[in-house]
Amino acid sequence: MTSEAATLPASSTRETTDNRIDAIFRGGVAVAGLSVLAALAGAALSMLWGGREAFETFGWKFFTTADWDVGARNFGALVPIFGTLVTALIAMIIAVPVSFGIALFLTEVAPTRLRAPLAAAIELLAGIPSIIYGMWGLFILAPYLGEHVYPWINDNLGQLPVVGPLFQGPPLGIGMLTAGLVLAIMVIPFISSVMREVFLTVPSRLKESAYALGATTWEVVWDIVLPYTRSAVIGGIFLGLGRALGETMAVTFVIGNAYQLSAGLLEPGTSIAATIANEFGEAVDPLHRSALLALGFVLFVITLIVLAAAKFLLLRLQRQEGK
Amino acid sequence: MSAASEKLYRYRRMKNLLALVLSALAALFGLFWLVWILWVTLSKGMSHLNLGLFTQMTPAAGEDGGMLNAFTGSLEIGLLAIVIGTPVGIAAGTYLAEYVNHSKLGTVIRFMNDILLSAPSIVLGMFVYITVVVPMGHASAFAGSIALAFIALPVIVRTTDEMLRLVPSTMREAALSLGIPQWKVTVQVLYRAALPGITTGVLLAFARISGETAPLLFTAGGNQYFTANVLEPMASVPTVMNNFAMSPFENWNGLAWAAAFCMTLFVLALGILARAILLRNKVSHD
Repeated sequence: MTSEAATLPASSTRETTDNRIDAIFRGGVAVAGLSVLAALAGAALSMLWGGREAFETFGWKFFTTADWDVGARNFGALVPIFGTLVTALIAMIIAVPVSFGIALFLTEVAPTRLRAPLAAAIELLAGIPSIIYGMWGLFILAPYLGEHVYPWINDNLGQLPVVGPLFQGPPLGIGMLTAGLVLAIMVIPFISSVMREVFLTVPSRLKESAYALGATTWEVVWDIVLPYTRSAVIGGIFLGLGRALGETMAVTFVIGNAYQLSAGLLEPGTSIAATIANEFGEAVDPLHRSALLALGFVLFVITLIVLAAAKFLLLRLQRQEGK
Repeated sequence: MSAASEKLYRYRRMKNLLALVLSALAALFGLFWLVWILWVTLSKGMSHLNLGLFTQMTPAAGEDGGMLNAFTGSLEIGLLAIVIGTPVGIAAGTYLAEYVNHSKLGTVIRFMNDILLSAPSIVLGMFVYITVVVPMGHASAFAGSIALAFIALPVIVRTTDEMLRLVPSTMREAALSLGIPQWKVTVQVLYRAALPGITTGVLLAFARISGETAPLLFTAGGNQYFTANVLEPMASVPTVMNNFAMSPFENWNGLAWAAAFCMTLFVLALGILARAILLRNKVSHD
C-alpha cells in the first residue's frame, strides 16, 4: 500500500510533464510549419509594400510603357516583362519536345540497364548552378552563335515572309534567342525528369494490353501513356516554365541588358530578373528602388500563378492514382 | 494479308521507327549540351587552377591572387544558412507528416512549400533585403545566410515530410502502445528511422544553396578581404564569380573559371554523396 501511494503521484507528475512537453513540441513544429506560409506571404507583401510608390506614381502605365529611364525617373516595365515572357516562351518551344523525347527514351527505348544511370545523370546535371550556365553562355555559346549561326539565320530566315522580322538583327551573339536557348538547356533536365517519373506511374497492365493488341511502342506512348498522364505532363511543363520565368543569373549573362522593345529575337533585350540583378544593388533613388520592387512583385505573381497551376495539374494524377 | 492492311502495317512501323529515332536524338541533344557545359567548365577551370586560388585573397584587376576570402565566406554563409534552415525545416516536415498529414492545412502547407521550392530566388533576396539589410543598415553575411535559408528550407521540409511518411505506421503504433509520449516517439523512433533520408535532404539543400547567386547579390555584399564576422559584408564564391566573369580583365575571368570548376565539383560531389546515402540505406533495408 505504501509503495503504491508513493508511486502514484510520481507517475502522474510524469504524465503531466510528458503532456506539457508534447504540447510544447506540437506547438513548436506547428510554428515551423506555418513559417513556410509566412515566408511566402511575407515575401509577396513586402514587395507589394516596397513597390507601392511605383504603382501609385505610374498606375497601369507601369505595365504599358516601354520607357525605363533612371535619370528622368520614368519607369515603365513593358520591356523587362516582354523579355521575360519571350525568353521563357523560346525556352519552352525548345525544351518541351526535347524533354518529351528524353522521357520517352528513358522509359521505353533505352536498354533497361542504361535507364536508371542515365536518369540519375540527368538529375545530377539539373543541380549544376545557373551561374555556370551563364558563364558558359557568355564565353562559349554566344561567340559561337554570333560568328557561325546568327549570320546564317539573319540571311536565310530573315528573308521569309511574316516570320522574317523575328530573325533579323545584328549577329552579336547575345540576345533574346541566346537567353531562350540557355534557359531551354537549363530546364530540360527538370521537365524530362518530371515526365519520366509520371510515365513510370502508368500501370504496366494498361501498356501490356495495348502491346498484346499489336500496338507499336509509339502508339502505346501516344495513345496510352500520354492520355493517362496528360495533366501531370502539363504540370511538369509548367514547373519548367516557372523556373524559366524566374531564372536570374543565366539570363543576366547572355540577354544583353538593353531597354529596347523589338520583335527581332537576335536583338539584345532584358528580363525582369536580369533588371533587378543589375540595378537593385545600385539603386539609390527611392522611386527607382520602388520600381524594381514592383517588378519583383510582378515576377513573383507571374511565377506563383504558373507554379500553382503546375501543382494542381500534378496533384490530379496523384488523385487519379489513389483511386 | 491484303495490300491495304499491308500498307497500313508498314506505315505504322515506319512511324514507330521515326518516333523512336527522334527520341534517341532528343536524348543525345539534351546530353550534348550538358556534356559540353561540363567539359568547358572542367577544362577551362583546370587550366586556371593553382595553389594561389586557395591561399590568396581576391586581387585587384590585373594582379595575381586567389579566392580564399570567397571560399571561406561561402562556406560560412552556407553553413549558417543550413544551421538556420535545418531545425525549422525538420520541424515543419514533422508537423506535416505527423500532425496534419491528411488535413486541409497539411495540403495547403505542402502546396505552398512546393511553390517556395521553385520561387525565383532573386525575389527571396529582395525580401531579405527589405526585412534584414534595410533595418541593419548594411549588407552582411548574416543577411545572406537568411536568404539562403529560405532556399534550403523547402528542400528540407519536403524530404523530411516524405521520409517520415515512409516510416511504417506499425513502428509508431508499437511505440505509442508502450505508453511513450508522442514527442519521444517522434524524436527517438521516427527520426532515427528517417535519418538517412533527412540527411540526404540537408545535403541536397546544401548543394542547392552553394551555387545560388541571385539572393546573395544584395544581401551578403562583397568584401575584398578576409572576415569571419557574420555581421559584416562578406565575399562569397558566386558573387565574386559574377563580378569577375562580367569584367573585361583576363585574370579575373580566369579566377571565375577556376571557381566555377571548384563549385561544380563540389555540387556534383554533394549530389552523389546524398544519393549514395539514400541508396545504401535502401539496399540495407531490402
